[in-house]
Amino acid sequence: MNSSVSVLLFGITRDLTGQSSVSVSLLEEARVGDLLTQLHRQYPQLAAIRSLLVAVNGEYAETDQILTPNDEVALIPPVSGG
Amino acid sequence: MITLTSDPIDVTAALEKLQSSQAGAIDIFLGVVRDNTQQRAVDRLEYEAYDRMAISEMQKIADEAQQRWPILNCIIIHRKGILQIGETAVLIGVATAHRADAFEACRFIIDTIKQTVPIWKKEVFTDGEQWVNAHP
Repeated sequence: MNSSVSVLLFGITRDLTGQSSVSVSLLEEARVGDLLTQLHRQYPQLAAIRSLLVAVNGEYAETDQILTPNDEVALIPPVSGG
Repeated sequence: MITLTSDPIDVTAALEKLQSSQAGAIDIFLGVVRDNTQQRAVDRLEYEAYDRMAISEMQKIADEAQQRWPILNCIIIHRKGILQIGETAVLIGVATAHRADAFEACRFIIDTIKQTVPIWKKEVFTDGEQWVNAHP
């Protein structure tokens, strides 16, 4: 059973993809790490970024966290506030 | 008090909010847009945030500071949008009974913001632009 998750993009990830959110198809019980793999496949230009973290529902997520269809997912490139 | 705003930061208003009859020390840190970085002339900075998470991460930092130091009042204000040279991008304010706690807490808050809060700045030069920290 395939489902898709919408991923919010900010900063350099938005510039590199040209989009502020992208849809990624994932198998059921997919984890954050699978999402990252899929995103890198869809957008090889993301490899230019020093590091990429993922937030799920506004909290930093580990790569083994399982995603559910209603999750709000965001890609977090290196932060530079202040 | 945690604020993410597109409006200019009012330092005087922040100071008024920090004041307390028990406070013997008030530290205010301002992060300001300067006109150069690594010998390149900066025209402006463009800040963006993942709003909901930026606010919750800043709240976490404020909560941790409250646990580590005896803080009477604490304010964090961070700007978004286009900022010109000389504008204040971030204000951290801490009021404590004694100065050492105010200095330490203030420094902890700004240093941690730079590490964990999903806010991004783009440096716009006279001859190009770059997202800070993004590249290897």
